[in-house]
Amino acid sequence: MASTNSYEIAPVGVLGGGSFGSAISNLLAENQPVILLTRSQEVADSINTTRQNRGRVMHENVRATTDAAEVANQCRLIFPILPSAGFRETIKSLAPHLTPEHILIHGTKGVDIQLPAGDQLTADYKLNPKKVNTMSEVILQETIVRRVGCLAGPNLAAEILEGQPAATVVASHFDEVIKLGQKSLRTPRFQVYGSHDLTGVEIAGVLKNVIALAAGALSGLGFGENAKALLISRGMVEMIHVGTHLGGDIVAVLGLAGIGDLIATCSSSKSRNFTVGYRLAKGETLTAILADMEEVAEGLNTLRISRAMANYLGIRVPLTETIYDVIYGEKTVEEGLDYLMKFPFYVDIDRSMFRRV
Amino acid sequence: MATKVHNQDGWLYDPIYPDASTWPIVKLAHEREAFIKELVALSIENIKEQLGNNPANLKDELARTLYSERIRVSQTPWKADAPDEKEFWSKVKKDMVRINAGHENPHAFGHEDLVQRIVKRYAEEIAGVFDVNAYDFAKRFTTTLFSRLLNASQGKGMARLFETRHNLHDKIHLVGEIDHIRELAKRGTIIVVPTHFSNLDSMLIGWAIQSIGLPPVLYGAGLNLFGIKILAWFMNRLGAYKVDRRKKNMLYLETLKMYSELSLRRGCNGLFFPGGTRSRSGMLEKRLKLGLLGTALQAQRLNFENDGEEAKKIFVVPVTINYNFVLEAQSLIDQHLKISGQEQYYVENDDFSTSTKMIKFIYRFFTASSEIAVRFGTPMDLFGNRLDEEGRSFDPHGNEVDIKKYFFSNGEISKDLQRDAEYTRMLGEEIVKRYHREAVVFSSQVVAFAAFRIIKARYSKMDLYGLMRLPSEDLTIRPKQLMDAVGKLVERLREMYANGEIQLEKEVQEGSIANIVKKGVANLGIYHAKLPLMYNEDKDFQSQDIKVLFFYHNRLEGYGLHKFI
Repeated sequence: MASTNSYEIAPVGVLGGGSFGSAISNLLAENQPVILLTRSQEVADSINTTRQNRGRVMHENVRATTDAAEVANQCRLIFPILPSAGFRETIKSLAPHLTPEHILIHGTKGVDIQLPAGDQLTADYKLNPKKVNTMSEVILQETIVRRVGCLAGPNLAAEILEGQPAATVVASHFDEVIKLGQKSLRTPRFQVYGSHDLTGVEIAGVLKNVIALAAGALSGLGFGENAKALLISRGMVEMIHVGTHLGGDIVAVLGLAGIGDLIATCSSSKSRNFTVGYRLAKGETLTAILADMEEVAEGLNTLRISRAMANYLGIRVPLTETIYDVIYGEKTVEEGLDYLMKFPFYVDIDRSMFRRV
Repeated sequence: MATKVHNQDGWLYDPIYPDASTWPIVKLAHEREAFIKELVALSIENIKEQLGNNPANLKDELARTLYSERIRVSQTPWKADAPDEKEFWSKVKKDMVRINAGHENPHAFGHEDLVQRIVKRYAEEIAGVFDVNAYDFAKRFTTTLFSRLLNASQGKGMARLFETRHNLHDKIHLVGEIDHIRELAKRGTIIVVPTHFSNLDSMLIGWAIQSIGLPPVLYGAGLNLFGIKILAWFMNRLGAYKVDRRKKNMLYLETLKMYSELSLRRGCNGLFFPGGTRSRSGMLEKRLKLGLLGTALQAQRLNFENDGEEAKKIFVVPVTINYNFVLEAQSLIDQHLKISGQEQYYVENDDFSTSTKMIKFIYRFFTASSEIAVRFGTPMDLFGNRLDEEGRSFDPHGNEVDIKKYFFSNGEISKDLQRDAEYTRMLGEEIVKRYHREAVVFSSQVVAFAAFRIIKARYSKMDLYGLMRLPSEDLTIRPKQLMDAVGKLVERLREMYANGEIQLEKEVQEGSIANIVKKGVANLGIYHAKLPLMYNEDKDFQSQDIKVLFFYHNRLEGYGLHKFI
């Protein structure tokens, strides 16, 4: 059929030319042409003329543009890979150009909140989980696109850009979306799994960033593997605790998007969230750290949201609480650690923790 | 704009198509034989496809069907069953044994003939026989019956039964986007999806649909109801098709779904109670039965595939039916508490099982009832998009949406059942959202919610079942406490109303708290022998039946209102 052929060479779109957006663009470019939407014309020009994107080399199949309409008109399959803070705005600007034929698979590990005007996410703010939206929910709210999915998993951009072997999971309610995601992304060095648990996978990817902050701090204090293993396993329990309230499923936590990503981000200085924790433990201030980071650490945003949600739900999340207090100045890293070591946990893990709410 | 005619019969609106011969449902009835033939052929094709076109699978499915049907015939026979059920299935069994013995090879002929026979029998049973004359008669009959009963209730009983002083429309309010829906009905196929609280709903919604001038709809009615002679006579001729909840085998379900899909494709307006059965808890439906709803998606896809630009669109109209009381409340809530939310096969209760009981039921309904509001909600396409008068779809930003493209892959319409199933699930979620938005809150529900919450808070350590066992003496509330709670509740409800999150009856919209409480208590479940809430001798409020109070309270669950009391 002619349409199959013409489809195979049809370009796919990527929104966002940050490190992960670039990595995914290069992966996709191995299978088809890619149109990458960047915010700045300068970056687009640089990619198109010299294949350079702020120190990253872009595949020759990647063409950059700053015109959202062009991406929507040329590509039926689009990967929004944007910081959560600007996600809704960018999707809104794209929305008028989208048709029901479009398929969106996002790669953003953050959530969106709609606060009443004037509200601030303070330490004692009570945030109703219903006000928290995953990125796929934002897409469904802002556009007429119904076929949505997400990408998650241990995908440190730097390693992908180097062509190291890795895997990801494409989650969607639609078989069609999973298959399309696999077809467009799979390369000899990149395996793509599928999952139907869209919310579960999104939530797992989001919550692990909080734990990554703490992992960085532990590492910055010079502690070893026992401490890290302790953190990761306790962190998982807390992820499940919070995640179920956001409509996630524990099964996703056991997959690539949960434990897989957790191990990668909690062990690597290539992770932004890890880096924030690490530098804090080394004595730098948050303001100083943020000032010289090129991209946002999603974990900080998620941390505030998780804390506020736990306030609303009246549940104890000692790890999240402590990380929050350390990062926002109530406790030093040492005090935080001390508090956690004394916190009366009686139960490591048992079934009652996994009750669906 | 529709012309509103407020004549003696109480019709509010002119019929859109006065000439019945143009109704798709009439055409369908004329071509019944050919239709059934097509239905059988397509159902079998579909069944075989789902079984991977593998004769061995077909044989297995056949065996399963035979097994479950023989159990049904012997264990749960109904009056509405065909008289030759037993013989039919014995014969099928005999033939099956013969075929299996003679031809071990499943590829040999035989099993398909049996499937053909079974599906044909199901098809004949499901399909109704619409009859214009009977429809006309029934239309007048229900209106007369409704308004006579209503008048009787206003006057001194039976003596007033033959007056028509009180107009039906004064008591049964038809509200919502009626003009819009009438316009849409001229351009496409309408699916009405009402909430379901009472057995009276079918009759009431049928009457409401006539009243706004729409041509009759096809609707699925429980086969058990066909055991009641009067009801069967009417339903058979009014566009009802039969749905048998006992038959859960694949052959039956596929035939039923194909019936719905085909009739929608022929342009017959349809009605589903997507909740499946009456809400046992009194809550607005949260989980919908998606089987029949899914046929709308398939029909829409096939319309686009076959008719291109000419394709008729299918429009969904969520409807809420709002009562001050539900006659069956007591037995419904009992069942709800027994099964406590778990999906189980439930035993048919008998509050509606004979003609006499039914008439008594209707009589009580009208004599005891105060107001009923039938709200026709904002219509939408199958993807939840907004529609204009012409039936064009629009996204939230005001851009027109070509919904055909939801079925596209690689630039053309493709068949993807898993995709259709997901769209159906999303449509179900949207309908649930709309139910909450379109529900009309009566003062009685406000009072019930406040009263139950006060009692629940008082015994906060008790679980639901403990509460339900409390004696009536422990269920008193000081007037001030109730007034305060109702006051806070009403404040929040009005806020929600202003945001378009819920609908309120006039009293709740603008009445004083004292009047809301007064009207609410006066109307709350007044039919019940034991009152859910009443004034006792000390002029306190007291509940004689907390279960029923709980039932009415549940109607306002799901809005997060408990935080405001």
